[in-house]
Amino acid sequence: MANPVEQFQIEPLVPLHVGGVNISFTNSALLMVISISLTMAFLTLSVRSRALVPGRWQSMAEVFYEFVANMVRDNVGSEGRKFFPFIFTLFMFLLFGDLLGLVPYSFTYTSHIIVNFGLALTVFIGVTIIGFMRHGTHYLRMFFPHGAPILTAPILIPIELISYMSRPFSLSIRLFANMTVGHIMLKVIGGFVIALGVLGVLPFVFLSAITVLEFGIAILQAYVFTILCCIYLNDAIHMH
Amino acid sequence: MPQFDPTFYAPQLFWLLVTFVVLYILMSTLAMPKIGAVLEDRQRKIDDNLDKAAKLKAEAEAAIAAYEQALAESRAEAQKILRESADALARQSEAKQKELGDRLAAQIKAGEARIGAAKEQALAHVRDVAVDVAKSAAGKLTGVTLDDSKIAGAVAAAMQEGR
Repeated sequence: MANPVEQFQIEPLVPLHVGGVNISFTNSALLMVISISLTMAFLTLSVRSRALVPGRWQSMAEVFYEFVANMVRDNVGSEGRKFFPFIFTLFMFLLFGDLLGLVPYSFTYTSHIIVNFGLALTVFIGVTIIGFMRHGTHYLRMFFPHGAPILTAPILIPIELISYMSRPFSLSIRLFANMTVGHIMLKVIGGFVIALGVLGVLPFVFLSAITVLEFGIAILQAYVFTILCCIYLNDAIHMH
Repeated sequence: MPQFDPTFYAPQLFWLLVTFVVLYILMSTLAMPKIGAVLEDRQRKIDDNLDKAAKLKAEAEAAIAAYEQALAESRAEAQKILRESADALARQSEAKQKELGDRLAAQIKAGEARIGAAKEQALAHVRDVAVDVAKSAAGKLTGVTLDDSKIAGAVAAAMQEGR
């Protein structure tokens, strides 16, 4: 049986080193390029006809657009409009990364914690800067809720600080863990299908069901990552 | 696990930065304005059509009102004409009836007059005949020629009795 974590192996396709930094074009980078190409192709070609009554592809593009637009509006409010392009880009990047990973023999860049952490840290730093820009030092009130007795400060402030600082980790680890575990499970059960011969029909049925579930998880985790970013953004803009 | 091998952290972060920034620029300058324009166009079209529909509805209602007014007017007109012609007909037939009645009454009167004259005449003839018969009967029976005026008197008296 093949090693179930072999699928996460990074293969440098074009080795590149600039100033001692390794920036090789890997299979992960290839999937990112494919992902953004497909995203752009999907979102631009589908609305090319600008049909009043949309066809299938145009409806799908519109559904994604309106879904994310509503997500931003409901969670951030009208000030969130200028962050809508970023949130939409983030959602599509994660969604296509998750979904393309389910194509056999491809690669799932969202199963790599460093990719997720890069995105989560960007959001975290951006949100923190927005918070301080809008509220100045008053943004530090984030760590001590209004109306709490002053005596609770020694307990509350560390708790709030830790929960705030752990945001990029929880964001990235959640996505990484979901993707990694799902793909390992698919690989292991797929191995059973081959190993059991005729009896492999049973794990194959299970494998099919799990595959459908993984599609659901792929969409859900892209959604969860994005909506949590919206909520953090809302905290920074409106405080709580 | 390959995920925890830091060898490929740098290239992944580098390509993540490149691809994400490219996607962000393309999305915000190309894809999103397009989709947004399509959605806006549709919303505007829908609003336009709703306005147009409201206007057309108002027009239709005005047309219905005008039509109903015209209908009511022509109905009234028709009733008037009907009443007038009915009146005219009634007057005409009354006049004709009266004329006919007059003519018939005149004819009846004339007939009655004729019948009266004929009766008079017939009675006169009967008297003459009776006088003649009485005169010749008296002459044959008695051989006496009676005076005409006497016989006439007798006949008249007899006829008076017989009546």
